[in-house]
Amino acid sequence: MEAPWAQALILAPLAGAMSAFLWPHRARAIGLVTMLLLVMSVAGLGIQMARFGIYRHLVGGWAPPLGIELYADGLSLLLLAATAVVGAGVSVYAADYFRGHDAAHFWPLWLFLLAALDALFLSRDIFNIYVTLELLGLAAVALTGLGGGRDALGGAMRYLLATLLGSLLYLLGVAMLYHGFGALDIGVLALRIRPTPLVWATLGLMGAGLCLKTAVFPLHFWLPPAHANAPAPVSAALSGLVVKASLYVLLRMWIDVFGTVAAGASVLFGVLGAVAVLWGSLQALRQARLKLLVAYSTVAQIGYLFLAFPLGAASGWTAWGAVAYLALSHALAKAAMFLATGNLLRFGGHDRIADLDRVAQRLPLTTWAFALAGVSIMGLPPSGGFVGKWLLLQAALAQGRWGIAAVVVVGGLLAAAYVFRVLGHTFTQAPVPHEARPVPAHMQWAALLLAGGAVLLGFIAPFVLSMLRIGHPFAMWEAGS
Amino acid sequence: MTAGIVYALVGAVLFGLGLYALIVRPHLLRKIIALNVMGSGTFLMLVGTGRSGVGLPPDAVPQAMVITGIVVAVSATALALTLMLRLADETGRAELPGD
Amino acid sequence: MSLDAWIPLLVVASSLVPGLVIFGLAERRSVLRSVLNLAGATVKLVLVGWMLWGVYQGHHYEISWPLLPGLEMELRAGPLALLFVTLSTVLWLVTTVYAIGYLEDSPHRSRFFGFFSLCVSATIGVALSGNLITFLLFYELLTLSTYPLIVHRGTEAARHAGRTYLVYTVSGGALVLLGTVWLYTLTGTLEFTSKGILTPLGQGHRAALTTIFVLLVAGLGVKAALVPLHGWLPRAMVAPAPVSALLHAVAVVKAGAFGIIRVVFDIYGVEYAAGLGVMRPLAWLAALTIIYGSVRALSQDDLKRRLAFSTVSQVAYITLGVAMGGPLATIGGVVHLVHQGLMKITLFFCAGNLAETLGIHKISEMGGVGQRMPWTMAFFTIGAFGMIGTPPVAGFVSKWYLGEGALQVAQPWVLGVLVASSVLNAAYFLPILHTAWFRPPPDAWPEERRFGPAETAWMLLLPPLATAAMALAAGLLASVPLSPLEWARLIAARELYRP
Repeated sequence: MEAPWAQALILAPLAGAMSAFLWPHRARAIGLVTMLLLVMSVAGLGIQMARFGIYRHLVGGWAPPLGIELYADGLSLLLLAATAVVGAGVSVYAADYFRGHDAAHFWPLWLFLLAALDALFLSRDIFNIYVTLELLGLAAVALTGLGGGRDALGGAMRYLLATLLGSLLYLLGVAMLYHGFGALDIGVLALRIRPTPLVWATLGLMGAGLCLKTAVFPLHFWLPPAHANAPAPVSAALSGLVVKASLYVLLRMWIDVFGTVAAGASVLFGVLGAVAVLWGSLQALRQARLKLLVAYSTVAQIGYLFLAFPLGAASGWTAWGAVAYLALSHALAKAAMFLATGNLLRFGGHDRIADLDRVAQRLPLTTWAFALAGVSIMGLPPSGGFVGKWLLLQAALAQGRWGIAAVVVVGGLLAAAYVFRVLGHTFTQAPVPHEARPVPAHMQWAALLLAGGAVLLGFIAPFVLSMLRIGHPFAMWEAGS
Repeated sequence: MTAGIVYALVGAVLFGLGLYALIVRPHLLRKIIALNVMGSGTFLMLVGTGRSGVGLPPDAVPQAMVITGIVVAVSATALALTLMLRLADETGRAELPGD
Repeated sequence: MSLDAWIPLLVVASSLVPGLVIFGLAERRSVLRSVLNLAGATVKLVLVGWMLWGVYQGHHYEISWPLLPGLEMELRAGPLALLFVTLSTVLWLVTTVYAIGYLEDSPHRSRFFGFFSLCVSATIGVALSGNLITFLLFYELLTLSTYPLIVHRGTEAARHAGRTYLVYTVSGGALVLLGTVWLYTLTGTLEFTSKGILTPLGQGHRAALTTIFVLLVAGLGVKAALVPLHGWLPRAMVAPAPVSALLHAVAVVKAGAFGIIRVVFDIYGVEYAAGLGVMRPLAWLAALTIIYGSVRALSQDDLKRRLAFSTVSQVAYITLGVAMGGPLATIGGVVHLVHQGLMKITLFFCAGNLAETLGIHKISEMGGVGQRMPWTMAFFTIGAFGMIGTPPVAGFVSKWYLGEGALQVAQPWVLGVLVASSVLNAAYFLPILHTAWFRPPPDAWPEERRFGPAETAWMLLLPPLATAAMALAAGLLASVPLSPLEWARLIAARELYRP
């Protein structure tokens, strides 16, 4: 059955965004209906791909390079699913979080962001990826500054400058690749690529641009102010999904194009990842504000994903499977964490960690959400984070890479330190008790269900990994698994 | 020197100049203009690629890319300018807070 | 799948499901909460009894499902598993009764009993694990579910104690994880197998395997309170008495000791481990812990802290028995898992009674309390004598087997350690008894509460009565079939020392 699932994934949110813009009174309803359509489309796509393998569609029937091909293999599918699930959670949350004026601005931008994300995960040529990356960045920046105020606007501006710079570096790389090999399709480039100085320069430029967009140390400076000052549902989407988009592009380019000809660069990625894990975790420990703690935790978690790059050559499937699993789990867990933080902020009027006032008893659902999300972030069983951590450790120890294994273990301990720092304070009374404002039930449940999803990932690993295998995204690396 | 290489070199120089200005200049308007200059440089380099030569039909792909890129750049600039104005309203200065 | 396969899962679920339901109950639904708790405990007891009988006859109960490519989660009920499961189940039932009585009118009881049940589920999971990955999973769950119990009171002191607890246990868990993954990359399997899983490796990887052993024992030793990893235990005493009873007698420390038994017998195999040269150092470490714990106990005036250090010392007997090798020593170590549990929980129940009824926390405040609370002190006395090792309480039986075991493997120095430990035990328990029975009582107790005509609430008296009686029975009736001792012998014959 060739139902247009992929097109629906892009067109539905686009149509929804325009409708929400034209009919602001109905924005919320339009947003939720569109979200439902998205979830159904991803499910449909998944079922179809489970039966028939890779999904391909030529938009308008025009062939590349002037036409656009929509392409989905196992990796794309999982990220599309993550987008749908996290998107659903954020949408339910935002339905109660934004009211009136703010809602009229939020929904069009949010749906537009989802359209860009879906289009990116379905793209197969590097220029289309540029366009979708750019659109994604613009929508994300606009959402970041939605709340107004000096900090949010400053964070948004920094984010915009960084993301535009990253896109331009990437575009430069596209130009050079086209000049060198005359192709834009990733599959074709994979066949034509050669280890020349042009390619290494391109890797440097594109790598720098994508690392900037993914906030890899030391190019992470824009992330904490942006993610910490954006409204809670926006932060959830930024840390959970947007950051994964540029990571996905980097992963694809590495696995299919660059990794085979510039293996030495993997060491650099590994080192940057290690530093990100350690530095990000230590910074998170030092924060007095909860939102900043969670933002620095994102910086650290991204580092884990880069630790797998040096392992890919010899451990193929295990290492890349670990990256995919860690990315998925982090998307759910970090979104849940930001939503929970938003609840705490609304409840007490502040997000100072030391002043959390007996929220374990007064906001149990939110505390549970934070705790379960934290379990996945720490990599403790049972959770998706644990599965990812196990696979990463397995790959590292099988190759005798003690350094990487040590960083993974220490990173987990540091994560436990900052997560339990927060949880400890949820049990105790604040020195000065605060007035409590009620938090709508939907917002609490959205956070809890997303966190539950992160834990659930720990139980369904064989299923998820088998879906990942569709289309053999890591075909060239599976020799040594 | 073929036209392609000239375009590419000029594009590279523009990119470099823009990058320098982006990093060094504190005023937001200058940063935005710097980004635009970098964008133009990149587009020039794109135009410079592509199979050009006497007797060959022009390569449509880079042209398509540049057109799309210009549209994207315009939208991005619009957003950037709006954000700059809002920030200037809030803080009184068109600079990144904390810089 | 036959019904038999579901029973291990049901045993875990019988405390997990009520626990999850209890979380959602309003504070005032105390009757419903108690009913759920006790119903779950009773169901679990019935299922465990069923499995005990079945395993005695030679049946198998096993269930597994895939966790990762190539690795399965596995629950398996063998003789050793059932020893721990039965201990946990019986003591959970008893502690639940005690906790209901102890926490009457305390705040946040739904939260408490919810995590209490989760903790027991994790312990049962640890006991029934069929391979090292399942063990690791439940081991970490145990850490996560016991933390909220320690910080339950919500004071700054509780938060700090919880933080200390986490530093130790999360680090320990990380070491076990590292060792487990490394082992998996070398062997490709993590099944608990008689005689271990390392025979295919032959003589290769000796350095790696020794390091892995150190990692695993260190990680497990945190929970088992082996010196110098025991620091969290005395500090965790800020928790309410039912929590201390549970942590010390049932859940956490025994999980660590149980893990060490599994690693030595079912992962490495006694002979292979001896060949690697790791058994002697383990025995020395255990001996050091035995002596150190007792020495530290001498200087504690706080009753619960003295009992905490006593636990540090006593749980090391289990490790010592295992590290010595030889069936008799192993029987002594394994059976002490049960005996120490029964005796120590009695002592903690009594300590809780003294604190709840009279506000007594220090030994120096205990003068003459034997007149005011004779039953409680009688139970305490039974437990204390068991710790010292006097017959007919169960502790004597364990020490006897450990001593015989030492002679069997020609390591007479262990006898010296056992004797010294008994002397030290006497040195820190007899003064308590003397103070309680023979000193005059003060004019007023620190904080007295009356519970009706009896010396204290009946829900606080029944549990220590039951456990003290069990400790006596385990010693007096040690030769009866299905006594802990006989079961330990069955374990040694059928599981650990199969020819």
